[in-house]
Amino acid sequence: MSKDSAPAAQHPDQSPDRPATNPVPPGLVALFLAFARMSLAGFGGVLVFARQAIVEQHRWMTADEFNETFALCHFLPGPNIVNLSMVFGARLRGIAGGIAAFAGLLLPPTLIVTVLAIIYARFGDVEVLRRILAGISCAAVGLLIAVVFRMMTPLLKRLDVVALILMLAVFLAIGVVRLPLQAVLLVAIPVSVGATFLMRRKVAA
Amino acid sequence: MNAENPIWALISTFGLMSLFAVGGAAAAVPEMHRIAVDVHHWMTDKQFADAYAIAQLSPGPNVLIVTLIGYAVAGIPGALAATLAMCLPTALLAYYVSRLLNRPSQSRWPVLIQAALVPLSIGLMAASALILAQSTDRTIAALLLTATVAVIASVSRINPLWLLLAGGLLGFAGIVQ
Repeated sequence: MSKDSAPAAQHPDQSPDRPATNPVPPGLVALFLAFARMSLAGFGGVLVFARQAIVEQHRWMTADEFNETFALCHFLPGPNIVNLSMVFGARLRGIAGGIAAFAGLLLPPTLIVTVLAIIYARFGDVEVLRRILAGISCAAVGLLIAVVFRMMTPLLKRLDVVALILMLAVFLAIGVVRLPLQAVLLVAIPVSVGATFLMRRKVAA
Repeated sequence: MNAENPIWALISTFGLMSLFAVGGAAAAVPEMHRIAVDVHHWMTDKQFADAYAIAQLSPGPNVLIVTLIGYAVAGIPGALAATLAMCLPTALLAYYVSRLLNRPSQSRWPVLIQAALVPLSIGLMAASALILAQSTDRTIAALLLTATVAVIASVSRINPLWLLLAGGLLGFAGIVQ
């Protein structure tokens, strides 16, 4: 599988201002359209489509760069993928690029959902919709599992044991034991930063 | 001043909520329900459940349930105000933090912290997938559908839309559920 994880073999932090895989950054219109397209495809969550477009289709980022950008947006408040659009667009084209990606992500689906709201206000019964939704939700969970797997591949390829253990611990704590998010992060973030620091120092030495 | 402007109520409610919504929009849904149904009485319980279903069914980020709440409160201006209030402040915050972290500098901490967050982020996503699967996959057929989609999407480069479409058709036919 995945030709996409080939660039992941490089060390992720050579130089912070290294250009993305594709040397020509897209223009504002291209950014708007790309995010509009992934947003309109994104039933049951846009992350799947965002990763596909950014890493695999356009090659604007490597698998590792995408992981790091998403992780940052994940831990800042607000809707992750909306944050990602702004951060990603701004990284390629400055604040104007950020706004173009943000608008592309939000404008078309806002219009669609408003039209649906008007239809709902008039007809009110969403029983058929709910049945269709049940099927879509099952498939969407499957897609989420697949994207988690794909985001894991850079860690698996590097055999990054510490990262894999931390990942598993967070998964068990939140998903299985159901500990509160804040408590888990309060422990996990310092541990992970400390472990990463020690690992990098060992590699550098 | 007794006629409180509903647009302003939407902006302040969702602007404030977004700042505490760590871990994505899905994590904020219970709080949205509390505020829209219990505190402000903007919607009934059923209206909220339907709005959630419509937001899930629509393309785009799942946060768009706030668009529907805004529409129920104040029509189209309400829909726009709620969406922007929920999305714009935190997006700008993310922009500034990311610029701060990626500024060329002699410190290696920014790179290190970002790298350290990656495994935690993936672990969290895996946990949401498990929790969602437990609430969604109540029947064998549903579980099979999820597993099949997960395998196909992991090993092939098929457009995910086809898999969602197949799921929707199976749902419409009443096979899943």
